[in-house]
Amino acid sequence: MFWQKEFETMRLEDMRRLQLERLKNTVENAYESVPCYKRKFEELKVSPSDIKTLDDIKKLPFTTKADLRDGYPYGMFAVPLNKVVRIHSSSGTTGKPTVVGYTRNDMELWKNMVARILTMGGLTGDDIIQISFTYGLFTGGFGLHYGAEHVGAAVIPVSSGNTARQLLIMKDYGTTALVATPSYALHIAELMEEQGLTKNDISLKYGFFGSEPWGEAVRADIEGKLGLKATDNYGLSEVMGPGISGECLEQNGMHLNEDVYYPEIIDPDTLEVLPEGEEGELVLTTLGRETMPMIRYRTRDITRLYREKCPCGRTLIKMEKPKGRTDDMFIVNGVNIYPSQVEEALGKFENITPHYMIYLKKKGALDVMELHIETNDSIFFDEMKKQKVFLDNLTDKLASVLQTKPKVLLVMPKSIERFTGKAKRVVDERLM
Amino acid sequence: MKIRQVSVFIENKSGRLSDVVEFLGENGINIRALSLADTSDFGILRLIVNEPEKAYKLLREKDFTVGATDVVAVAVPDVPGGLASVLGLLKKNDISVEYMYAYVEHSAGYAVMIFRFEDTDKTLELLQKEGVKLLSGDVIYSE
Repeated sequence: MFWQKEFETMRLEDMRRLQLERLKNTVENAYESVPCYKRKFEELKVSPSDIKTLDDIKKLPFTTKADLRDGYPYGMFAVPLNKVVRIHSSSGTTGKPTVVGYTRNDMELWKNMVARILTMGGLTGDDIIQISFTYGLFTGGFGLHYGAEHVGAAVIPVSSGNTARQLLIMKDYGTTALVATPSYALHIAELMEEQGLTKNDISLKYGFFGSEPWGEAVRADIEGKLGLKATDNYGLSEVMGPGISGECLEQNGMHLNEDVYYPEIIDPDTLEVLPEGEEGELVLTTLGRETMPMIRYRTRDITRLYREKCPCGRTLIKMEKPKGRTDDMFIVNGVNIYPSQVEEALGKFENITPHYMIYLKKKGALDVMELHIETNDSIFFDEMKKQKVFLDNLTDKLASVLQTKPKVLLVMPKSIERFTGKAKRVVDERLM
Repeated sequence: MKIRQVSVFIENKSGRLSDVVEFLGENGINIRALSLADTSDFGILRLIVNEPEKAYKLLREKDFTVGATDVVAVAVPDVPGGLASVLGLLKKNDISVEYMYAYVEHSAGYAVMIFRFEDTDKTLELLQKEGVKLLSGDVIYSE
């Protein structure tokens, strides 16, 4: 099943032609309407007319998250605000959030991109789909919601949390498709076991999982326990949200919607473009977005792009599951966190030393972020009550900044390693 | 009549408590009373020792997290209802006890309890006025 077969099965040379035509438009638009791009282009002495072939994209400047922050809130917008019909944003936990906007056409585009991913993962208009992603500024919830509605499925916008209710709805409403983080899907499975339910008591057929790294072991676990076919999908809000790439039912690499997002793989150190098939940092250029054209946006995700004949019939380039990051971001229960945010949040507390370690662990299916900080005489109390108040207060403040509740553990002074070179403060003990 | 108590942060790892007491022992510090308040993550060890200032200094130098607090040693009549009479007096005067624990040795006819009050000075004054028997540091440290 295809959503936009013409594009999804396009011959390579036609795709190249389409990409070039769209790239020229994007570049023109960015240069004319976004001052940041005009400046960047001028610094490199390139102009839109230098783009004659797809290969010429190498001449163009990169865009980073910092550019989006510097332009806060609307600096990267290429259209006036009255054309914008939707605004999403990052939580902005350190410094300024990154803001993304959508025109009516962008919304159509976004819906179609997500609809493609959902269709390739099995969804049809006959399905009842439960969206267990958080709704709100995060693009995941609304992105999948609109895409699923576009496909014609019956959408249950249950959002995240309240697992008992999730399960009740799943059972009673006859949910056939689930959107969640993989860890949350396993959490639902745990509750099913506790309630003595099996996959035979529910009607799930398809599961669309993303927004955190997961591997084949987790896939087998989810599929076994929930009785569905689990596919991975990929997206990031800076470029649009979910809908950039996704697995078809072959479950063998993600088809990247390259007619709308032009992908490159670069060496993150030299910034040189690497040949197809090599591993490096994924860089995306939007080819149809009106509100925020992104030229060579550095995703920081490490992956590989390759072409192979897929039994599903799609000719779109394939992308491997991202293997890691070129920065130190990590993901806890679907929430993106940078160690610098933790550092900054801790810095607001007097008497807490800057020495800390983050341990990522699993408690059942869910992630636990353990934050170790060193005690000292000013944050140590002989009364348990005061010690607990201090810890609770610290935990709550960190939770409000990080959007996820850490488990704060006090450890002995000087017991945390003093890094002389680049500090490695995150230890991920979760099994992939 | 205040007694100096030394408190030590104990990380929840096996052997941490023994590290502290072993270290004190090696340095000739004698523990007269102790209490350990703990959660699954950490513990607070409170100690009455023969040389509180020395113990505090040694522990700090050894990179333990330590605190020093004033507590009160109350001689409670060693009869049924003895402790209740002392607590009743505190309750009547609206004094809250942060925590308390028993001192190891008895003195003639009395059980000794270590009390941590919110306001040590005010409480001491009251207890003395009410004629409650208190033990001084000299006695507690060296008995």
